Amino acid sequence: MPSFKPVLLEAVGVPDGHTLASYVARGGYAPVAKTLGEKQPADVVEMVKSSGLRGRGGAGFSTGLKWTFLPKDHPGPIYLCVNADESEPGTFNNRILMEDDPHQVIEGIILSSYATRASTAYLYLRYEYPKSWQRLQAAIDEAYAAGWLGKNIKGSSFSLDVYLHRGAAAYICGEETGLIESLEGKRAWPRIKPPFPAIEGLFRKPTVVNNVETMACVAQIARRGVEWFKSIGVPADPNNPRDPGSYGPKLYCLSGHVERPGCYEAPLGITARQLIEEHGGGVWKGRRAKAVIPGGISMGLMTESELDTPLDFAGPGKVGCLGLGTAAVVVIDDQTSIVDFLHNSCRFFAHESCGQCTPCREGTSWSLRMLERIKAGKGRLKDLDILQEIGNTMGMMPGSTICGLADGAAWPIKNAIKKFRGEFEDYIKRTNPSGWMVTEPVPALQIVGAH
Amino acid sequence: MPTVIVDGKEIEIGADERLNCIEAARRGGAEIPHYCWHPGLTVVASCRMCLIETGSRDAATGKVTMVPKLVPACQTPAKDGTVIVTESQLVKESRARVEEALLIDHPIDCPICDKAGECLLQDYHFEHGQPERRADLHPFTSRKREMGSTVTLFVDRCVMCTRCVRFTREISGSAELMVINRGAKEEIDVFPGFPLENKLSGNVVDLCPVGALGDKDFLYQQRVWFLKAEDNVCGGCATGCSIRTEHNQDTVYRLKPRENPHVNKWWMCDDGRYGWHHLHDPSRLVEARRAAGGRARREGGADDTIEWSDVGRRLRDDLGAAGRLAVAVSPMLTTEEAWMLCAVARSIDPQAFLAVGHVPIDGADETYPGGFTIRAEKCPNRLGVEGVIAVFGGVDAAGRVPGWNALLDHVRAGEADAAWITAAYPGGWIDEETAEAFASLSCLVVQDLFESPLSRMAVWKLPAAGFAERAGTWVNAAHRAQVFQQAIRPPAGVWPEGRLYWSMLGRRGLYDAEAVRRQIADSSPTFAALAGDVPATGIDLRIQQLA
Repeated sequence: MPSFKPVLLEAVGVPDGHTLASYVARGGYAPVAKTLGEKQPADVVEMVKSSGLRGRGGAGFSTGLKWTFLPKDHPGPIYLCVNADESEPGTFNNRILMEDDPHQVIEGIILSSYATRASTAYLYLRYEYPKSWQRLQAAIDEAYAAGWLGKNIKGSSFSLDVYLHRGAAAYICGEETGLIESLEGKRAWPRIKPPFPAIEGLFRKPTVVNNVETMACVAQIARRGVEWFKSIGVPADPNNPRDPGSYGPKLYCLSGHVERPGCYEAPLGITARQLIEEHGGGVWKGRRAKAVIPGGISMGLMTESELDTPLDFAGPGKVGCLGLGTAAVVVIDDQTSIVDFLHNSCRFFAHESCGQCTPCREGTSWSLRMLERIKAGKGRLKDLDILQEIGNTMGMMPGSTICGLADGAAWPIKNAIKKFRGEFEDYIKRTNPSGWMVTEPVPALQIVGAH
Repeated sequence: MPTVIVDGKEIEIGADERLNCIEAARRGGAEIPHYCWHPGLTVVASCRMCLIETGSRDAATGKVTMVPKLVPACQTPAKDGTVIVTESQLVKESRARVEEALLIDHPIDCPICDKAGECLLQDYHFEHGQPERRADLHPFTSRKREMGSTVTLFVDRCVMCTRCVRFTREISGSAELMVINRGAKEEIDVFPGFPLENKLSGNVVDLCPVGALGDKDFLYQQRVWFLKAEDNVCGGCATGCSIRTEHNQDTVYRLKPRENPHVNKWWMCDDGRYGWHHLHDPSRLVEARRAAGGRARREGGADDTIEWSDVGRRLRDDLGAAGRLAVAVSPMLTTEEAWMLCAVARSIDPQAFLAVGHVPIDGADETYPGGFTIRAEKCPNRLGVEGVIAVFGGVDAAGRVPGWNALLDHVRAGEADAAWITAAYPGGWIDEETAEAFASLSCLVVQDLFESPLSRMAVWKLPAAGFAERAGTWVNAAHRAQVFQQAIRPPAGVWPEGRLYWSMLGRRGLYDAEAVRRQIADSSPTFAALAGDVPATGIDLRIQQLA
């Protein structure tokens, strides 16, 4: 086992680690008392900024920099929204934090609210986490009772209310403006930007949306210091001025065809192979990996030969993936059909597309129906070209949609077809020996889908 | 002045104008296709049809920096130095893809769709679509359901632009419509038990860029390419919405709002929209009839049909013989018709008593969240008629123009021997008791669309014209004068009021509303603003008076 000692996950396995008493015994909440007593909000912003902490929710944007986008001297209110709508397939790091160490998250929320001058924070929790919901609510109640939340926290002039909001199970609520719309009681259709949430967000007030793990990192930076945080991870690439580096510990969710799936804490920059071999005990049943999802299904696919890619914010992008995402590593062994994988991926995104922008609404559904037809033995080679075109043109990056869900839907398609085209072609030729080469339209299929 | 570069062409825009790239490009002659954007609604930028390439030109160096991806034109403000590219390969391919995507689930039932011929999905497909349908894997469905008493939703034709949803939230404020389900299974719907029922509901049909929302009143009545449209003004209330009367062979099929930023913006109310059916009511008066012997009409008494060419002369004779004349000038008449009526009346009896006819009032003004107002005053031209009567000196001691009640008092007091009541109201407006006031007159002339207790006792029963059958000027409650042309001919050779009065004044040729209007403008400072050409959106009469 590697030598790195878990910090974010230190409560895992500790009896009653989720309680306030346990958290305080481990040194928790002391930084809050110190910060409220001695520091200005700007000091906290500066601390987080200099730590190089990048958002853990998927996009990897600098947390401190995001906070500085809030308008100066705003009369308020300013809101902090904590994104716990952890819906990316393969991702469960937030759940571990919320279930096993909720006070770490709450401490991060207090510090972040102090830094952003927010006096109200909303914790948007996905519906499917009942245990997180209970643990968080219990922890919030404990924190109120102990005076860490509420009016004039520990005698300071700073007050904070935290509301735990339970969503209604939709992937799109994890998009920050979708989350804001949902909190406002509306359909979670992501907003057009500008204005960005930092200027006009929740209830049309300046709003910061941060991930649960980001909150935990803020708590740890306050407790252990910037130097500690910067000593972990990958420094900025001096040859790339746009790379701010990937610092700090990261929770990697390892799942799929491995011997020991689970949530592992490791320094940013660990390679996928290290993660699978050292933490996960290797691919299960003595098989080889065919492909690995680097950070949630929407980030695309790495092939076996790309497994030495470091899983930091810059790494997966170098092998054609969308990014690190949520660092949810899913291993697909060599006995698994990539056609099945892509079908499952398309089914997920067709189901979760909010339906606002035409290219995503129709593109996700069309790609699913094509995959269903391929799986029903009616595929043609030209379907692959159409799928590739959908993958290349759908999303925020080509500009055809409002939010990044479409990019996330597009990336598995284009990665799978680009990196595994041979397998797709073999499958289509094998299952549709008489029609794979046809280019004319075929009659509509009445019953489709193998599930 | 800020300069925008549209496809390489420099276009100047106003310094305070807040234009988006669609509007700016339109100034430069480039039409950017769009579904979800509408100038009267909030921007959602969701249909992605208006994607363009854009960039900015540095004012100092002239260097153009392009944004490295497509952006929606509706959401992108046009500022000084904004570069808009609407016809690049990237843009064309993107449009073709959006068009293709929208047609994946579309039933393509144009032959039985009311929207065919004025459908953006059709138009854009021909202009921007691709010839081949690649999405060949889905059996179509074609479902419809009722949204309310006025609108039917053809579910599978919808492109999810959400204009209708935004309209009910932002303009009517009633929020009946919503989006249900998610992704490609999305549909427009209403909540069970809360149908689309508001007085602006018909506007969602106008807003719908495709054939999804159908107007039950118009459904399957006429193919749109047979319709001719005339700029017109709604006569339903004192708001005076700018409309288009769409008709074929003298039959109106529907009314549509016409954009007018000063009056109705893009909207009109259902009362006005469906308030044209009385024009084709078979019970309309269509003949000029005179009671036998020129005596007051009796139950079962004989009367004669008078040729229109004789009506003017014989009417003049009868009224001239009767003595003191009282005239009710209907607020349904155009200003020109009212002016000529007053002139005719004064030529018969120089002391003729002139009053504004009955002004129908129904409830109170209703203003909607989007600013649209339905007036309680259910006639289009009270202010115009009052102005005309004032020009003829028909004001009382207090300087007020007498109204209908003053006329009733005048007649009841025995100060008139004859009365000429113009009405032209679309429905019943007078009861037996009120009509009784005119029983003792020796000559009563009633000019109306339908039989009424008053017309039953009249010596002269003349047909009137409906709103789409007139030409002239109406002055709405905000003093805005709007000029319009006759859209259809009245039934059975009926002479509209304008034509009858024109001939009674001995003027040659056909009724020329514009000539009368210029004459009115010259005769009174109230109407001075009408002297020149009046724009399609009308002109505020008070502006010229202040100047």
